[in-house]
Amino acid sequence: MTHHPDQSLPGSRQSSILGSILGRSDARRTGAGRVVGLAALAAVVALLPLLLPNAFYFDVAIRIAILAVNGIALNLLMGYTGQISLGHAGFFGLGAYGSAVLTTHFGWTPLPALLAAAGLTAVIAWGVARVILRLRGHYLAMATLGLGIIISIVLGNEAAWTGGPDGMPVDGFSLFGLTLSGERQWYWVFGGLLIGTVVLAQNLIDSPAGRALQALHGSETAASVAGIDVGRRKIAVFVLSATVSAMLGSLSAHYSGYINPGIAGFLQSVELVIIVVLGGMASIYGSIFGAVVMGLLPQILAGYEGWDSVLFGVILVVTMIFLPRGVVPSLATRLRSARLAGKGGAAC
Amino acid sequence: MLTVANLSKRFGGVHAVQDVSFTIPRGCVYSVIGPNGAGKTTLFNLISGLYTPTSGTIGFEGREIGGAAPDQLARRGMSRTFQNLQICRNLSAIDNVMVGAHLTLNSSMFAGMLRWPGLSRADRACRERAAALMERVGCGAFVKADAAAMPYGALKRLEIARALASEPKILFLDEPAAGLNHTETHGIQTLVADLARSGLTVVVVEHDMKLVMSVSDRILVLNYGRRLAEGTPGEIRENPEVIAAYLGADAEED
Repeated sequence: MTHHPDQSLPGSRQSSILGSILGRSDARRTGAGRVVGLAALAAVVALLPLLLPNAFYFDVAIRIAILAVNGIALNLLMGYTGQISLGHAGFFGLGAYGSAVLTTHFGWTPLPALLAAAGLTAVIAWGVARVILRLRGHYLAMATLGLGIIISIVLGNEAAWTGGPDGMPVDGFSLFGLTLSGERQWYWVFGGLLIGTVVLAQNLIDSPAGRALQALHGSETAASVAGIDVGRRKIAVFVLSATVSAMLGSLSAHYSGYINPGIAGFLQSVELVIIVVLGGMASIYGSIFGAVVMGLLPQILAGYEGWDSVLFGVILVVTMIFLPRGVVPSLATRLRSARLAGKGGAAC
Repeated sequence: MLTVANLSKRFGGVHAVQDVSFTIPRGCVYSVIGPNGAGKTTLFNLISGLYTPTSGTIGFEGREIGGAAPDQLARRGMSRTFQNLQICRNLSAIDNVMVGAHLTLNSSMFAGMLRWPGLSRADRACRERAAALMERVGCGAFVKADAAAMPYGALKRLEIARALASEPKILFLDEPAAGLNHTETHGIQTLVADLARSGLTVVVVEHDMKLVMSVSDRILVLNYGRRLAEGTPGEIRENPEVIAAYLGADAEED
């Protein structure tokens, strides 16, 4: 904690390079606006099944919800707190494999397995965070990148437990004798999870704790002088974000019934980063928007195997050049200024 | 209230602060002046925990605080502003001030996620206090603004409002008038005097001599990292060594 505020240390370069993409927060959202947004989301989740013709489309909707929850989890860390993670799918994979291994090899029931996998991931994330969150900017990006790759390699190599690169089957999710089956039932689980995540994330962002996270993103020096334990806060949000991803991984493993190390891989981590950057840093609904785009693209490009990764890259580059703050915050600003202009015109 | 003894800080071969000792009495306005590079900001950074002293001690209300982290010092009642602004441009102006009130609020992440009872009410009260503080330091016009959209002079005041939001016992202002025009400087001068009247201990690093001489109870003069003189504004004004340091050695010989 002895950096010179006057000098440009490697860490402070983050603000110039990453700073351009780490956008402004939408913290001044009014209470009324929040309720409207949430009601709209709940309405979409509730009414969407009427429009979905068959199980295939339910599956697409579920995958979008999974991406959205994961994107929101990453956005708390990356968009709001300003700590980049290029290995976040690793935690998703840890949760998925934790549940799969505990239920398959040890005969645990799904709920305790989910909680244990989440707890284990939290401990791992805590241990890792204590070390790597001392790093900043590009160095943190490299460290998290390495972490994600290590996790997916371990999952691929421990074949006795994980089935290796071929992956492993996972039983369905059952609780108190009831088993979730079919896309339609799972749809409500993930739809509810998405709404719950949005509520909790927005509560957090609007609370003193959320303000502290955004403050240390804005200026670590200012935050620490205001009494915020910057190191502890970074670790806490990293663990929170990783744990949410792990629980999501557990559920999605039970849902899909089969997992392979690819779910923890680099491409999945990059996909999450694209969701956050495209939708908007520090924007909850931005992450949902990003998830919708990234969830639908593979379906639209179904005939062009392999080209979706290329398009993902193009989207990331184009977003960073033309909409550095992401789609949703940029649109919100444009709407607000249009409304102000309208008001001004009326006053004249 | 604050006792600094034999404080030194070395950056490699550079002695930024060397064997500096002084005492700041409670409730006074204490200024630190000196030519550029004299070690004033380094001294501030040492006291506020951004730097760890190479040697020497810093006692605050009878307890040693040398090397303590800034967030721990904030808990003890210390706050500061920055010469090069440290504003959270990703937040609104009033949120910046509320960041200053961090320690007065329940900042648990779980409580935040679950909207713990009373949390929103406390936060609303804090928002009102923050607005009042912005009014008090003279940037009340920006209560609804984004920090990123504020002019430089208002941001300097915003930093003071944020520092005050922590309800400190001692406030360090690092060049509060730097980069401000004459009228704005006068406004800061009035504000510092006003804060001192409220019983707060204020420590100021400043180049504007008119401001320093008018608001200070005592002045510490640094030169090349060493203590050159210390005393009341009147004593400092008459001190030949201080005059020499500011105007060059010739002034002494004349």
